[in-house]
Amino acid sequence: MELTKDEYSALKGEQGEILQMAYRILVATGEATDAEKLVPIEWAHLSGVNYNTIGDAGEEFLSSISKNARVKIKTTLNPMGFDIDNVSNYGLDENFISKQLSIRNSYETMGVTPSFSCIPYEIFDIPKNGTQVAFAESNAAIHANSYDNLKTNKESAFSALASAITGKSPFSSLRKEDTPNITIRMKVKNPDELVYGMLGFFAGKVGDTSVNISGLGGMDNRESKAMCGGMGTSGTCAKFLFGEGDSDCEKIDFDEKEMQNVHDELNTAETGDLITLGSPQLGLKEISDLTSKLKGRSFKKRCMIFCPRTVKEQARKIGYTNELERAGCEILSDCCTCLSPLINKDNVDAVTTNSIKGAFYLKNSNGVGVNLKPLLQIIEDETR
Amino acid sequence: MKKTLVSGKVCGIVLKSNNPINFLGTVDKKTGIITDKNHDLFDKSIKDTILVFPSGVGSSVGAYTIYSIKSNNTAPLAMICQKADLTVATGCALSNIPLITISDEEFSSIENGMNISLDTDSPNPIQYQ
Repeated sequence: MELTKDEYSALKGEQGEILQMAYRILVATGEATDAEKLVPIEWAHLSGVNYNTIGDAGEEFLSSISKNARVKIKTTLNPMGFDIDNVSNYGLDENFISKQLSIRNSYETMGVTPSFSCIPYEIFDIPKNGTQVAFAESNAAIHANSYDNLKTNKESAFSALASAITGKSPFSSLRKEDTPNITIRMKVKNPDELVYGMLGFFAGKVGDTSVNISGLGGMDNRESKAMCGGMGTSGTCAKFLFGEGDSDCEKIDFDEKEMQNVHDELNTAETGDLITLGSPQLGLKEISDLTSKLKGRSFKKRCMIFCPRTVKEQARKIGYTNELERAGCEILSDCCTCLSPLINKDNVDAVTTNSIKGAFYLKNSNGVGVNLKPLLQIIEDETR
Repeated sequence: MKKTLVSGKVCGIVLKSNNPINFLGTVDKKTGIITDKNHDLFDKSIKDTILVFPSGVGSSVGAYTIYSIKSNNTAPLAMICQKADLTVATGCALSNIPLITISDEEFSSIENGMNISLDTDSPNPIQYQ
């Protein structure tokens, strides 16, 4: 990769340790993806916020670099481990809370907007078509490339951080033109959001950096988010294009059998002790839709709902949060199902969810059973 | 060899997987043990191995997991992949874990349990002992 004189000087350490670290990361990223040069980007979205995922090493790293590092461009942030407003209800230990607050403080010191959301594409204005961004949250990178006409690679937590500090990213892969060599033919009839999540999970396993998907009808907001979440979990793929693709594309069917395989991998329980909705976090549209679906009904067991703080505030003004709380929902902002420290195998055997992304991490990281159901069925089975 | 992403020189025993690895959530950051029951390395520790696997997949936060296992002294000595992905590349870059990519032929010729030395500056970086 070619560096300008200024970039090279930063890499050599002539502009301080922070920039040297950032350029070292960008150069490794550039080498990994065969980039010729670095290009300016306008927005970075960082992962690596939840103390449950980054641990003591991550907390110490951020605390140390925040003394000198400052972000150069608009930078937003993934969810953390809890909602400070109701954390006392969940029995988290003091150490977790203080380490998490230290992480939050480090990011704020660096100049990052504390959005604590994995759906930046729903709560911030989308820049003009073709704008280069660096999104580390995998579902957000896929959404940005596939629905929002932005350009990003599937960044890592460190590559996005390096891009935030330098305002640059290697010009490679999905930042350039990218033509998929695989087309997945969607054959499953009448898909709901759970099926789209499984399709995404399957596509992520077979695709490289991007895939075509044919046979899709119109998808609502919940279904497209489910597909982005599923895809980001299983693979390296960060873009889907709708259509058949070129005639020389390898064609792979996603039919009942393929769907059953994904289901068998992730569904490990017949029923759940609690329900979680929101991985990715729910936006205002989904909250509004859920509120109307729950009219006159209430949950028979605990139901945790995850959304960004701004969405929760809007929902409160409109009156949705009252309705949802009446129906027995616990509404949590700033955090997410995914890698939540609030769900613990000591007191939960299994969780019911409609999220494939959530299912993967609940099963592998939280170590609890997972019962997969689409939202409509959750409401039918679990409310009265 | 296709590419050196992070340079270095180490000797060790190969732990090989034919499955990609999602470092976040499936590698215990304190012990370096793989916790995904569906993975062919389930219950094995990647500590002090030369970890050979197709590529990293999944969450971008996996880069922090690599940094954590390095800080906790439970990281592999080096990693060898078929395909470079940003999570593994940047995690190794920040943690100074040697990382190279190799061709599909080389990948199939490396077997679990082999004793190898890796020197990224040598024209033949992988030497079988």
